[in-house]
Amino acid sequence: MATVTEKTRAEQTHPDVRSHGEVNADIMRMLSPPGTWWWVLFGLSIAGIGLLAFSWGNQLVRGIGLSGLNTPVGWGAYITTFVFWVGIAHSGTLISAILFLFRARWRQSIYRAAEAMTVFAVMTAGLFPLIHLGRAWHAYWLFPYPNERMLWPNFRSPLVWDVFAVTTYFTVSSLFFLMGLIPDIAAARDSAEKGTLRQKFYSLASVGWRGTDRQWHHFGKAYLYMAALATPLVLSVHSVVSWDFAMGIVPGWHATIFAPYFVAGAIFSGVAMVITILVPIRKVFGLQKYLTTRHFDAMAKLCLVTGIIVFYAYLNEFFMAWYSGEDPERRVFWNRLWGHYWWATWIMLICNGLIPVLLWFKRVRHSIAALFTISIFINIGMWFERFVIIVTSLSHEFMPFAWGVYRPTITEMGIVIGTFGWFFFWLLLFIRLLPPVAISELKEVLPPPMRPKQKTEASR
Amino acid sequence: MSADRGVSASGAREGVLASFEYLDAAVDAIKRLRGEGFEEITAFSGYPEHHIEEALGYRASPVRLFTLIGGLTGAATGLAFTVFTSMDWPLVTGGKPILSIPAYVIPMFELTILFGAFATVFGVFYNIRLPSLKGDVVYDPKYSSEGYGVYVTAPANRITSARSILEEHGPASLQDDPQGDSHG
Repeated sequence: MATVTEKTRAEQTHPDVRSHGEVNADIMRMLSPPGTWWWVLFGLSIAGIGLLAFSWGNQLVRGIGLSGLNTPVGWGAYITTFVFWVGIAHSGTLISAILFLFRARWRQSIYRAAEAMTVFAVMTAGLFPLIHLGRAWHAYWLFPYPNERMLWPNFRSPLVWDVFAVTTYFTVSSLFFLMGLIPDIAAARDSAEKGTLRQKFYSLASVGWRGTDRQWHHFGKAYLYMAALATPLVLSVHSVVSWDFAMGIVPGWHATIFAPYFVAGAIFSGVAMVITILVPIRKVFGLQKYLTTRHFDAMAKLCLVTGIIVFYAYLNEFFMAWYSGEDPERRVFWNRLWGHYWWATWIMLICNGLIPVLLWFKRVRHSIAALFTISIFINIGMWFERFVIIVTSLSHEFMPFAWGVYRPTITEMGIVIGTFGWFFFWLLLFIRLLPPVAISELKEVLPPPMRPKQKTEASR
Repeated sequence: MSADRGVSASGAREGVLASFEYLDAAVDAIKRLRGEGFEEITAFSGYPEHHIEEALGYRASPVRLFTLIGGLTGAATGLAFTVFTSMDWPLVTGGKPILSIPAYVIPMFELTILFGAFATVFGVFYNIRLPSLKGDVVYDPKYSSEGYGVYVTAPANRITSARSILEEHGPASLQDDPQGDSHG
């Protein structure tokens, strides 16, 4: 890239990347045999899957009584963690679809990892309805199918909407993810050693992609239409999840603000999770050229904006409980702050309301270590947010004699912790086997190589 | 420019594949070739390059029709399905009408997106003729890393003039293809 001057280089998204070939070389290096740290993490995630299999297996054999779920709290840690993972999933599609339509140039280098995270997070979330069912072998009852009793699902129920929303989201985000991977798998195929198993795998997976003008033309347009479809989808999925609660008349759930409140919370937690995952990847693989402070700064700002919306929703809920004059509603919110689960509420308020205030400072946004720490606090806070919404409301409904307390059991804790192993198992395999940074998309924001001196109309 | 551009017509044909280091050289070469009446051109690049698409005169992609038809089919399926199942088992719940259309909008919306996405993916594969594991196509593995390729085919008597146009634009390498039918 001989013609790029120092001045124009400083305006680029990736000022230290000097040629297209360099991108391929750097990203393909990530697919070479991994170091000790990868194996340690992979071992840990397999241990997590073991814990999940043991706890869930035990629950399947001995029954749902092993969980702490009972009257009045019938939804607990499982549904909390389901909502948590669905929320995490949102940022991937936000980055790949919404920011694509907005032409945000900083999305290119983070989008592939974020989208992989989306797919794996929905795969993790999808386990929880099955776990929560207890008799998981009846899970197919959720789907509409012709049966001898001529029964159909009740399409007025938000739980049925949720089945449609989450399965559609998983299918569409997987399609989007796999379609976007094809050109990069072709690049991996081209750089792999001939005749190796790796080369055969990439050849098959790249379905014969050659990067011809016709392929890029239709592919680019299809990408645009997929983004246009995924954008309303991503906003709808967490709205539908929120209606699982808001459509019920339980005090603390029955609020019209729930859909935007949940969507903002989902993006807030999702972007925080992207930061949590990308910081170690950047460090281990030396991707400083591709994931610059500019990228982290943009993600931190996204966190800040959505965090403010979430905090506004918290305040709005408390205000509306008081303003409504509804006694049960007021009691639920008073109980949230000072009742049995006061600690969970305060963890939520501090992690999601207070700590993100630090992101107003540029120095914090530009410090990778500070961002990493804050993102972990946000992850914790967002898990507790869902716990607070679900458990404090159910435990404190209308009739005082029906109030109760829920405690997660060791089985529930085992399953919740175990699913982190399941999530990281897929994520680690992905980093190892498929290009974790979108090579072809990255090149779109790099200046193209031009003939020295002579400027032509093709220059950008 | 129709979607079947690049597929060679009948008659004895030969091809030339030029690799360019610089984008502007490749784009200028394509423009010159088209100006001289060569239309059987396939360009290679490692990323979507709009200048190449412009030089080749691409307009709208038919994939959008696939998306539209898929989406509309999904919406119709969603409506038909929710209405049919409610009529098939007409049970009043929550004092709501048997046909609660506002509630059905959500499954309808989800199926619109789902069918639209499947149709889009099908549309792109259909239009780019993939998956294909044909071996007899022109390609150079270096294009996915850097550089640009321009492959042109023409009747045997005109190929030398195409070759000289490509040579004028300073290609990094030039390869002859005596078959002249390897656009894929």
